[in-house]
Amino acid sequence: MAQLEPGASADVLTVAGLHKSYAGREVVADVSFTLPRGECYGLLGPNGAGKTTTLRCCLGLTDPDSGDIRMAGEPIPARAREARMKVGVVPQFDNLDPDFTVAENLRVFGRYFGLADATTRRRIPELLEFAGLAGKEKARLPTLSGGMKRRLTLARALVNDPDLLLLDEPTTGLDPQARHLIWERLKRLLQQGKTILLTTHFMDEAERLCDRLAILDQGRIVAEGEPRRLIAAHIEPQVIEVYGEDAPAWAESGARRYVNRIEVSGETAFCYAEAEQVAPLLAHLAEHPELRTLHRPANLEDVFLKLTGRELRD
Amino acid sequence: MNKFLAPPRFSLRAIAVWRRNFLVWRKLAIPSVLGNLADPMIYLFGLGYGLGSLLPRVNGVSYIVFLASGTVCASTMNAASFEALYSAFSRMHVQKTWEAILNAPVALDDVLAGEWLWTASKATLSGLAILVVIAALGFVASPLALWAIPVIFLTGLCFAALGLIVTALAPSYDFFMYYFTLFVTPMVLLCGVFFPVEQLPATLQAIAAMLPLAHAVRLVRPLLLGELPDHAGMHLAALLATALVAYWLALVLTRRRLLR
Repeated sequence: MAQLEPGASADVLTVAGLHKSYAGREVVADVSFTLPRGECYGLLGPNGAGKTTTLRCCLGLTDPDSGDIRMAGEPIPARAREARMKVGVVPQFDNLDPDFTVAENLRVFGRYFGLADATTRRRIPELLEFAGLAGKEKARLPTLSGGMKRRLTLARALVNDPDLLLLDEPTTGLDPQARHLIWERLKRLLQQGKTILLTTHFMDEAERLCDRLAILDQGRIVAEGEPRRLIAAHIEPQVIEVYGEDAPAWAESGARRYVNRIEVSGETAFCYAEAEQVAPLLAHLAEHPELRTLHRPANLEDVFLKLTGRELRD
Repeated sequence: MNKFLAPPRFSLRAIAVWRRNFLVWRKLAIPSVLGNLADPMIYLFGLGYGLGSLLPRVNGVSYIVFLASGTVCASTMNAASFEALYSAFSRMHVQKTWEAILNAPVALDDVLAGEWLWTASKATLSGLAILVVIAALGFVASPLALWAIPVIFLTGLCFAALGLIVTALAPSYDFFMYYFTLFVTPMVLLCGVFFPVEQLPATLQAIAAMLPLAHAVRLVRPLLLGELPDHAGMHLAALLATALVAYWLALVLTRRRLLR
């Protein structure tokens, strides 16, 4: 197990050999990763993979069974409270104060960091500008849309000007416009030198934002690296999806000689192909007009499904 | 498991939690005070004048004067119980306000201490509002009644802590019904709010002597009648001990619930 030396590294967050069990079930099983300053790191995994528990351990809200965590230069959980001074959190479910206006939410949250009201008040216009909520100081919470609440939660996480942001599924439940706006803001924060740890099960989100990511399954990291490299390392570069009620039968009747791997899910056959295998397969498919086809480059979702399987995890 | 049993840690960060609740309350202060005042005043006037007209003097005073001091204590208990059960549960479980605070550099011990002090403060306001009204009506004998204020605060701390135990264990709002029907209501009837404890059979008197509301009534009633309470030290110690032990238990249970 890695031994962490106090103050030795420029890493904003280091997790080494993390284990956590609930009622005999190991929810986090030997998770290790490191976030250098300015990087965006993603924890991807199906529901129950251990993403949220890992975040809770980092924040010192639950004690790991074993493992070392150092966040913002402080050992966790021993000095978790001090570490949280330099961290901002966007939780999975909104927990804004429904009784307060937008500005009151920020001001009251600033007090939890020991910020004087005057200090927070000066920062509020800038924070709301950033969150696309300029001029909404006096708006009451029930009048905000889901996307606006999410952006206010992001603004609230920035109230203490943190070095590190922990985002737990930051765009779950948002419409595409709202998601793109959040992504754009997170990129801006990275340009400003903030470090981001995010959990998600949206592959496009991870691919867009993360410098590096880890795929978690049943508490273990099953793959880690840059998104492009993970795709190159774990999966064929091209995917041809074949749809139709005849697709499963077609996949079983000799289609496998064209490509390395075919996965059938419902009425879709996913054909994973090397570059030179694409043309012969498409030519073959042209003789089957009853099947619809989609040819695309492999993406992170293909890697994810290959590594974590297609069965439901709820 | 062991670390959940650690003694409570107090820090000034609890003040930020207290202020959060105060800011919410301030937005609804007038309806809240009037609402808390209406129910006990209706009981006080209805029973005090209606039932009181049938009764001889109780403990040497008219029934409404007797009832007034009991009402101060019962209202303090009710206000603390409602806040520590429904409102705190809503902040802990429904709105997830505590979860948000715990992501900031505030520990759960600070959150619970803030909630405890806030609940006692709000209960004190309720008790105080009634005290002001009955003083204006001339039901209070002397300035000795001012000593009732710290007793009211202590009573608030006591029932705030007991309520927070129930909140830490509650799966949903429905659970609170048990606490009210099995604990709060019997206490109102046994502890000398409506009639002197001495009217009860010996067994019930023995039970009543152990209940926290009885200690509050034994302190507040003489103070409002212009007398020094008997065994004041013992009653104060009983209230304080209940408050501290119950708070520690509430904290242990809340840590176990939220920091797993």
